[in-house]
Amino acid sequence: MLGFIGDLMVAFVRFLAGKACFRGTDFLQLIQGCGLQALPIVTVIGLLIGVILAFVGAVQLKLFGAQVYVADLVAIATVREMGPLMTAIIMAGQSGAAFAATIGTMTVNEEVDALETSGFSPMEFLVLPRVLALTLMLPLLALYTDFMAIAGGAIVGVGAFDISFMQYVEQTRNAVPPLFFGLGLIKATIYGALVALAGCYYGMRSGRSASAVGYATTSAVVMGVILIIIATAITTVIYDMLGV
Amino acid sequence: MLTSSQGDGQVASMNDDSVHIAVRDLEMAYGTYLIQRDLTFDIKRGEIFVVMGGSGCGKSTLMRHLIGLKEPAGGAVYINGTNFWESSESERDEIMRNTGVLFQGGALWSSMTLAENVGMVLEQYTTLSPQEIKDIISLKLSLVGLAGFADFYPSEISGGMRKRAGLARAMSLDPDILFFDEPSAGLDPISSRRLDELILELQDSFGTTIVIVTHELASIFAVADDSVFLDPDTKTMIASGNPKTILKESTDPRVLAFLRRGEL
Ligand SMILES: Nc1ncnc2c1ncn2[C@@H]1O[C@H](COP(=O)(O)OP(=O)(O)OP(=O)(O)O)[C@@H](O)[C@H]1O
Ligand SMILES: [Mg+2]
Repeated sequence: MLGFIGDLMVAFVRFLAGKACFRGTDFLQLIQGCGLQALPIVTVIGLLIGVILAFVGAVQLKLFGAQVYVADLVAIATVREMGPLMTAIIMAGQSGAAFAATIGTMTVNEEVDALETSGFSPMEFLVLPRVLALTLMLPLLALYTDFMAIAGGAIVGVGAFDISFMQYVEQTRNAVPPLFFGLGLIKATIYGALVALAGCYYGMRSGRSASAVGYATTSAVVMGVILIIIATAITTVIYDMLGV
Repeated sequence: MLTSSQGDGQVASMNDDSVHIAVRDLEMAYGTYLIQRDLTFDIKRGEIFVVMGGSGCGKSTLMRHLIGLKEPAGGAVYINGTNFWESSESERDEIMRNTGVLFQGGALWSSMTLAENVGMVLEQYTTLSPQEIKDIISLKLSLVGLAGFADFYPSEISGGMRKRAGLARAMSLDPDILFFDEPSAGLDPISSRRLDELILELQDSFGTTIVIVTHELASIFAVADDSVFLDPDTKTMIASGNPKTILKESTDPRVLAFLRRGEL
């Protein structure tokens, strides 16, 4: 895996120097694949996270007559942790799996061999655009999930716990400074890179049969989720040490 | 053991300019699983060279060694006198660029149309104008009988058509050497015959060296100048030379059975 990351770095440097062979149309299609196509599921999951957090929190806070703080709870939890985390896990199942399956199938069909014999680096041509696309799209999706979750929280807060809509919005605004969004988005960017790496890595290593592609896909998802959790732990500790 | 048309089994010197690819004591293996060993033969410039042998004997594997996709477990492959696996990155790129390959399944890039498949290397390695590239693409596609299919995706055409499109892609840069892995498998008899004619034409007008992996006897006798015969049991080559001469002079029952479709 380290050798793989090294090769990817080389490809990235060549890309920055404008020397990589990289198809713009492929990149746009990937952006669409990991962005637009994920929107419906991200919407549903985002709303539900907000609803769940709000219910769990509000029931407890109501005991102290402090149910208005449910807005703070939902906003801080999703923006800093849950939004990026849940989005990343969805994308591991969606894009990470798709990357492994596509690249694995291309290996079976000798398309990757054909790239090499034509002098195109599979790293530049297949892996780099996928890693860039998901690293770019995951923070955007996470931001969208954040807003969906806050909306879900508002539905519960306003609907079931007698908080006025304006009060909920005001409370949320005071709870999450822009810095919190930044912290969440940094996490999302890291998750995006890791999920894409896992997908491409297992795709490139896939054996030359249909079952090998299936195995590559499963491994990509499992490894993607493991990497996400490890990254969550590490970033949370680092944030804590930095006092943010 | 070695039935060679040259009688003594000698191969020409590696420095001889007429030799395009020289294979010396090549040993091929997947991990510890030996596929073939002691392969030594020359492919001369401008000749049509056929790799024969039963299914699973290692023909595609041999091709992967000759096009630089797989490193030998032992021995060496010399291309234009340079040892491929000991040459520099830029030398390898140069060699790869002058090599066209048709893979067993066509191996078209599935996210691109046929025109993009054929044009990709032209855009990358030449300074031709878009119009000139377009002209070359339609020329190559019509050469393989796919003139009207430029904007189709590989998933929208049949297996035989994919193979022919792969052929058009392999020829797009007019390479010095072309490798075909079972070019006529999946083609109807007429297309298959036309392919043989195309191969002879390429050799005739461009002097292209052509290496073909095939079981097609008619095609072997129609086009081959030279050949090797790989055997899966002894895991080495058991005949080499012009197939017609082998058929006349060989006494090896395995070779004769193959060349006579099982009749002894
Ligand atoms: N990736 C691989 N890993 C391990 N063994 C392999 C691999 N690819 C091929 N083999 C083995 O190598 C042997 C030769 O395979 P190869 O594909 O070269 O045969 P072939 O002569 O081209 O056969 P065919 O005529 O059916 O295409 C086979 O016995 C196969 O089991
Ligand atoms: Mg084969």
